[in-house]
Amino acid sequence: MSEKNYINRPNRPLQIYAILFLIFLYVPVLFLPLFSFNDSIYVRFPLQGFTLKWYGELFEREPVWNALMNSVKVGIATAICATGLGVFAAKAITRYRMPGKGPIVGFVMLPLVVPGIIFGVALLVLLSQMGVPLSLYTVTIGHMIVCLPFAIATLLPRFEGFDGSIEEASADLGENAWWTFWRVTFPMVFPGILASLLLTFTISFDEFIMAFFLTGTEPTLPMYIWGQLRFPQEFPSILALSSMIIATSFVIVFLGQWINRDAAFGGPKKGEKTK
Amino acid sequence: MSDSPAQISEAVERPEPKPASRGGFSGLLQRSEVARGYTLISPTLLFLTLGIVIPFIILVTMSLWTAQGFGFDMTPTTANYEAAWNQPLYGALLGRSLWISGWATVATVVLSYPMAYYVAFHVHRNKMLWIVLMTLPFWTSYLLRVFAWKVVLGYEGVINSALMSAGLIRAPLEFLLYSPNAVVITLAHAWAAFAILPLYVSLEKIDRSLLEAATDLGDGPVARFFRVTFPLSLPGVIAASLLIFIPTTGDYITPALLGGPDGLMIGNLIQLQFGPVNNWPMGATLAIILMLCIAAIAGIFMVTTKIVKDRIL
Repeated sequence: MSEKNYINRPNRPLQIYAILFLIFLYVPVLFLPLFSFNDSIYVRFPLQGFTLKWYGELFEREPVWNALMNSVKVGIATAICATGLGVFAAKAITRYRMPGKGPIVGFVMLPLVVPGIIFGVALLVLLSQMGVPLSLYTVTIGHMIVCLPFAIATLLPRFEGFDGSIEEASADLGENAWWTFWRVTFPMVFPGILASLLLTFTISFDEFIMAFFLTGTEPTLPMYIWGQLRFPQEFPSILALSSMIIATSFVIVFLGQWINRDAAFGGPKKGEKTK
Repeated sequence: MSDSPAQISEAVERPEPKPASRGGFSGLLQRSEVARGYTLISPTLLFLTLGIVIPFIILVTMSLWTAQGFGFDMTPTTANYEAAWNQPLYGALLGRSLWISGWATVATVVLSYPMAYYVAFHVHRNKMLWIVLMTLPFWTSYLLRVFAWKVVLGYEGVINSALMSAGLIRAPLEFLLYSPNAVVITLAHAWAAFAILPLYVSLEKIDRSLLEAATDLGDGPVARFFRVTFPLSLPGVIAASLLIFIPTTGDYITPALLGGPDGLMIGNLIQLQFGPVNNWPMGATLAIILMLCIAAIAGIFMVTTKIVKDRIL
């Protein structure tokens, strides 16, 4: 395709707009790390001087580490459960004719378009009526609901992207369903599974709304931050904590996208490479 | 995208009956593709039923109860709904939520459209890089992005302190923080990824030869955009609008951190009922009302755009 025909010729103003848009997306977020190195209790210009003391202060705080561990536990459990359910769902959606597939897909994707607060209070009401105490387990259930649509959306293109007849060939050659999955399907969709694990972990790690209603006595990291936001004198160390979370999230997500790059966003599907 | 090799081969193979190679229960499952599909998806559906459907039924039930001391009076009554109808506060906050979310949606979609258009039509190499760059901030904690705007818009925040040290203003601009404006700006920023992706996908799908045809038939760039590109991208616009409008209506973090008394939304009220006020049935009622309003508005929006689309195309 000629890249400079009369429709696709470069558009300078649009390009400038696009760059400004990216700046608008990033600048507010990047202010957090900027001020986390600022040697002042006040979050304002002009910057005072470079310091690492807010980070140092963070390392001495016991509750931060507890909250971090809670978030990691919930994140790992959520990632494994949501991705597992996502694999079942993605395979069923892509491989089989099912009456009512449309409504089923809509139902599975529902958490994307229903305000989190509704799910949060609904689960809270159910659990309290059943007499289940709030804990990290209840937070995990909430996070699985939030993460499931993302897991499925990450896995679907992977399942669509490889030829189902390979599975049929394996079945014809005498493998049963489990071995076919394990030896044919799983290696093919593995990058998608890895990406889904990383993305759902990140979402769970950062999730706040569900955690707000479903956390018991053990706070997750966002809940801990929320508690500290009431105290302006805590801002600098929260900035340091936020910066580390942002950096980690960026790295994990970038890794996830990169691993699953062939399938992401319905992009061009090249021949599958086994890595 | 819609005709990838896998899907074509799938479509070709589908009509052929599958050989039934095994007997017994697994053979039955093997024979019935439908049953296998349902079996495979049943764990997910079971989980969502336990996690979404049943909680929602209990929520509706609870909205018919009344709070009584530390417990509930479980005689069904519509008293909560009547209270919500009669007390102006609830209606006012609901109206304000819809208003703020509406503005945030319009702002996000209008600002994101040129961005998505640029990547779909004018970026030829590194498309993936652009998409990852645009969606990366979305993957950081929502709470942190809202906190970032508090840092930017605060009384002594980035904008005010920069303007003051530059000598442009003497006192902090108060309309920045603790106002509905701040909520709209923050929501538009925080939800941008939800607009860019559907818009990009719908623009990318447009058959480029239609644009060439429009040009050949004498349309200039502007006419071509409004007669071909924009109508064909409407599914993306609808998806983006709903993906932002619906979740933001129930938001309570942004209003709590940045809204001030004039920027509080219905989500804050629901949260208060489940927290300090401790009137869960009223909170359940407000949550149900919010859901009904959202469903009604989404329905009206989709029907209207469909009618408009049918007229245009």
